[in-house]
Amino acid sequence: MDDWRNGGFGLYLHWPFCQSKCPYCDFNSHVAASIDQGRWQRAYLAEIDRIGAETQGRVLNSVFFGGGTPSLMEPELVAAILERVRATWPAANDCEITLEANPGSVEAGRFAGYRDAGVNRISMGIQALNDADLHRLGRLHSVAEARAAFDVARGLFDRISFDLIYARQDQGLDDWRHELREALAMAADHLSLYQLTIEDGTAFGDRFARGRLRGLPAEELSADMYAVTQEICEAAGLPAYEVSNHARPGSESRHNLIYWRAGDYAGIGPGAHGRLTLGGVKLATEAPKAPGDWLQRVERGGHGEVPRVALDARDRAFEYLMMALRLREGLDLTRYQAMGGQLNSSKINELVEIGMIARDDSRLWATAQGRMVLNAVITELAGD
Amino acid sequence: MTQLDLIRNFSIVAHIDHGKSTLADRLIQLTGTVADRDMKAQMLDSMDIERERGITIKANTVRLEYPAKDGNTYILNLIDTPGHVDFAYEVSRSMRAVEGSLLVVDASQGVEAQTLANVYQALDAGHEIVPVLNKIDLPAAEPDRIRQQIEDVIGLDASDAVLISAKSGLGIPDVLEAIVKRLPAPKGDRNAPLKAMLVDSWYDAYLGVVVMIRVMDGVMRKGDRVRMMQTNAVYGIDRLSVLKPQMVDIDELGPGEIGVLTASIKQVRDTRVGDTITHERKGCEVALPGFKPAQPVVFCGLFPVDANEFEPLRDAIEKLALNDASFTYEMETSAALGFGFRCGFLGLLHLEVVRDRLEREYDIDLITTAPSVVYHIYMKDGTMQELHNPADMPDLTYVDHIEEPRIKATIMVPDEYLGDILKLCQDRRGIQADLSYAGQRAMVVYDLPLNEVVFDFYDRLKSVTKGYASFDYNITGYREDFLVKMSVLVNDEPVDALSMMVHRDRADMRGRAMVEKLKELIPRHMFKIPIQAAIGGRVIARETLSAMRKDVTAKCYGGDATRKKKLLEKQKAGKKKMRQFGKVEIPQQAFINALKMDG
Repeated sequence: MDDWRNGGFGLYLHWPFCQSKCPYCDFNSHVAASIDQGRWQRAYLAEIDRIGAETQGRVLNSVFFGGGTPSLMEPELVAAILERVRATWPAANDCEITLEANPGSVEAGRFAGYRDAGVNRISMGIQALNDADLHRLGRLHSVAEARAAFDVARGLFDRISFDLIYARQDQGLDDWRHELREALAMAADHLSLYQLTIEDGTAFGDRFARGRLRGLPAEELSADMYAVTQEICEAAGLPAYEVSNHARPGSESRHNLIYWRAGDYAGIGPGAHGRLTLGGVKLATEAPKAPGDWLQRVERGGHGEVPRVALDARDRAFEYLMMALRLREGLDLTRYQAMGGQLNSSKINELVEIGMIARDDSRLWATAQGRMVLNAVITELAGD
Repeated sequence: MTQLDLIRNFSIVAHIDHGKSTLADRLIQLTGTVADRDMKAQMLDSMDIERERGITIKANTVRLEYPAKDGNTYILNLIDTPGHVDFAYEVSRSMRAVEGSLLVVDASQGVEAQTLANVYQALDAGHEIVPVLNKIDLPAAEPDRIRQQIEDVIGLDASDAVLISAKSGLGIPDVLEAIVKRLPAPKGDRNAPLKAMLVDSWYDAYLGVVVMIRVMDGVMRKGDRVRMMQTNAVYGIDRLSVLKPQMVDIDELGPGEIGVLTASIKQVRDTRVGDTITHERKGCEVALPGFKPAQPVVFCGLFPVDANEFEPLRDAIEKLALNDASFTYEMETSAALGFGFRCGFLGLLHLEVVRDRLEREYDIDLITTAPSVVYHIYMKDGTMQELHNPADMPDLTYVDHIEEPRIKATIMVPDEYLGDILKLCQDRRGIQADLSYAGQRAMVVYDLPLNEVVFDFYDRLKSVTKGYASFDYNITGYREDFLVKMSVLVNDEPVDALSMMVHRDRADMRGRAMVEKLKELIPRHMFKIPIQAAIGGRVIARETLSAMRKDVTAKCYGGDATRKKKLLEKQKAGKKKMRQFGKVEIPQQAFINALKMDG
C-alpha cells in the first residue's frame, strides 16, 4: 500500500444536486432550479488548492465524485477539476477516478465527456431491474433506459459498477434471486447491493413512523435475502469483499477501501467529510451541508469547513475496528494496536467459539455469519 | 397558649383523587394563612413524589386561624394524614392526635375501599365525622345517591353533609363553620404532667430532625428537657413552632395544641411514631396506648445496575434510612447481581417510593429483584426461621413445613366488574369471606395469601375494572401451605435474583409465564438462549430465545463514519443498562417485569 499510512490517500468531491429527491435517500442532496457551474468550479478549485497545500507530495490513489447526482455536472467542470487535481498531487499509476451517475439517457450523453476528462470508472445508480419498483423508489429512469445507459458506459469504461437496492416493499426471495441473476448477467465487474434501510428524516422514514410503509421484509426474510445474495454472487465470481460490495478479484473499489482501511481522505464540497493526518494528528473534517452556505464560506471565508476535530487514540481505533470489520479481509492487528486499540481476548474467544469471527497471527475478521450481525459483533468487541 | 374551647383539631379522610389536597389548599387560602401569591397546588405535600402521584406519604400539619360567625377566632389544626394502606399505623397515630374528621367523598364516585379503611380508623379513634361531598358542580354529581351510600356503607348520617366544590371554592366557608360547630374541642389538663404524642418526624436539611407532636396534657416549653418514653432518650428542646405551614416559633404548646419541635436529634430513626414525650423530671407515669414498632412486610433486593455504584448506593440508602425509620436494610450478595441490599418495606407503595427516591434524588440506576413476603420456615429440629429472600431457602430435607402471611382484603367495585374480581381473587388462591352490596357497588372481602398480592395484584385489579375498584388490606396471620422455591435458569445458569417462592399448584403456571416473559424481555443475542424455570432439579417450563440473525448497517462510507460511530457507541452505552449473566445480558427492567403476569 502506498500511503497514508497504509490506508491510502483519496479525494472525495461532493456534488450536492439531484433532479429529484428519492424517498429513501438521506444523503446530502438538494434540488435546484439553476446551477451556476462556473461558480462551483471556482469553489472546488480553491478548495483543492487549499487542501493540496496541506498534503503536499502525497501520492493520490483515488478520486471520487459522489453526490447528489454528479452526472449532472458538465464534463467541462469535471475536466477542470481533474486537471487541477493532477497539477496538485502526484497520482499513483493505477489511480482510480470514479463518478457516480444516474442511468438516464441525458446523463449517458455526457459519459464520453467524463471519460475524456479522465474518469476511468463509473458507478451507476440502477437500484432495481423492474419498472414498478423503480417508480416506488422514486427513480426517474426506466429499466430500458438504465440498460441503454449501461451499454453506453460499457463501450467507454473498463470499470463499471452499479447499485441495486433489495429487501424492497413486497419483494419475495425468488423475485430477488431472479433479479440478481439478471444483474450478474450484465457483466459489470463490481456490484453494490444494499438492503433498503429506512432512515430518519427521509420520506420513507416519515411514512414508516406513521405506519404507512407496508410490505417491508421481516428480519428472517431479510436475513435469507442477504444470505442468498452472498451465495449467488460468490458463485458468479463476484464474492463480497465488504458487507454490501461485491467485485471480481482485483476490481474492488480502491476509493471505498480507503474508508474501510481507515486511510486518509480529503472531503471537498457541501457536507463532505474527510480524515486527514496532519502533524501526526488524525483530524476529522466536515463541510457545511447547505450548498449556498458552503459556496459563500469558500468564496468569502477562504475555506469550506466547520472546525476540525482531532480524533484521540480511542476514537481512531474504534473507527478502524468499525470500518475494517466490514471487509472480508478484516482488521490488521498490528496497525490496530499501533493506534492504541485494545481487544479483550476472552471476548475474542467467545466470538470465535460461536463462529462470528476468526483470526490468525496478523488479522482478525468477521465470518460470513458474523458480518450479518456485525453491529453486535462490533459492540461486543469494543467492550468498554 | 390557647383556650381549649377555641381549638379544633381535625384530619381529612378521602380516597385518592377525591379532593383532599385541594380542599386543604382552599382552607389554607380562605383563612388567609398563606397569601394568594405564595399558594401552590397541594400545599401540604412537600415531596416531589407526593405531588406527582397525588398521594401523601408523610403526615403534615397546618395551623389555621379562623374568625367564626360566633365572633370568636378559632385555632384549627389540620393534620394531613398519609392516604395509603402501607402507612396504616402512621394513619392511626395521626387520627389519635385529632378529635374529628372531614370525610370527603367525590359526589359522583362515592365511597371507596380506602376511604372505608380510614373512616374506620377515625371511628376507632372516637372521631366526630363531618361528611363533605366534593365536586358537587360536576354534571355527574349525584349527592342524594352518595348520601344514601354513606349511610348504607358506613352507617353515618349524611343528611347534613356539606356540599362543596374544592376546585371552585364553592361551600368552603360552610366547611369552616361545620368544623367549629360540629367537631368537639380537645380535652386536656394543663396542670398534669406533660404527655405529648409523637405523630411523625422527618429530616430537614437545615434543621435536622423535626418532630410533630400533639400535646395531650401539661405544657411543653422551649428549653424543656424531655424524654421519649420508648427509647428513653432525653433531649433539650431547641425550638418549638407551629406550622402555618411555614414554621413560626412559639414559646409553649399547651393541651390540645399541635406543633413541631427540634432538639438536636441526629436521625429520624431515634424517633418512634406513636411514642409518648414527657418531661425528664416529674414526667407522666403511663405512656399513651397503641404504640407499635415499625414492621416491614415486603422485602426485595436493590442492586446497582453498574456494579461500581455499590458505594454510592450504600451512602444513599443510609441517608434515606435516616429519614425513614420504617425501612430496613442489610447488605446482600447475589451470585448474579453482586453486592446490594436486602430491604424491608411497609408495603409495595413504600417500596416504590423508596426506590424512586434512590433513583431520582441520588441518581442511581437500580435493579429491583422480586418482592418477597416474610415466610416462616419451621425446621425439623423445631426451630423457626424467617425467610426474607428466596435465595436463602434452606435445604428441604431439614424443613418440616412453611407458613406464609395471609391478609384480609376489602375490595369495592361496581357490580359489573364483580365477576372479574372474583376470578382474580380465586386465581390468587383467595377464599371469599364476605360479599355485600351497597347500591350499584359490591363489597367483597377475601382471605388472600400476601405473596399473591405483593406483586401485581393491584395493577391487575385496576386493569380488569378500568380503575373503578378500590382495595385495602390488613395482615391477619400466618398459615401453612405447600410452598416451593422456583428458580430460573438463563442459558443454563441459575439467576438467583429471579428465584421466588410459589405455591406448588401455581408453580407450573407462574413458571411458564415467567419464561415467556423473559423471552420477550431479553434481547436476542448472537446465539440461542434456553430459558427455564425449575423446582429443585426438575424443569417445569422452558423457552428458547432464538439467535439474532441480522443486525448490520447496509451502507457505511467515509461520510458515515462519524454518525455510525455515535450509533454504535449508543448501543454500547445501552449495554451498560444490562447485567451480564454468564454470556447473556439481561436488561435492568427484566427483573421486575418478568414477574408481571397477565392473568
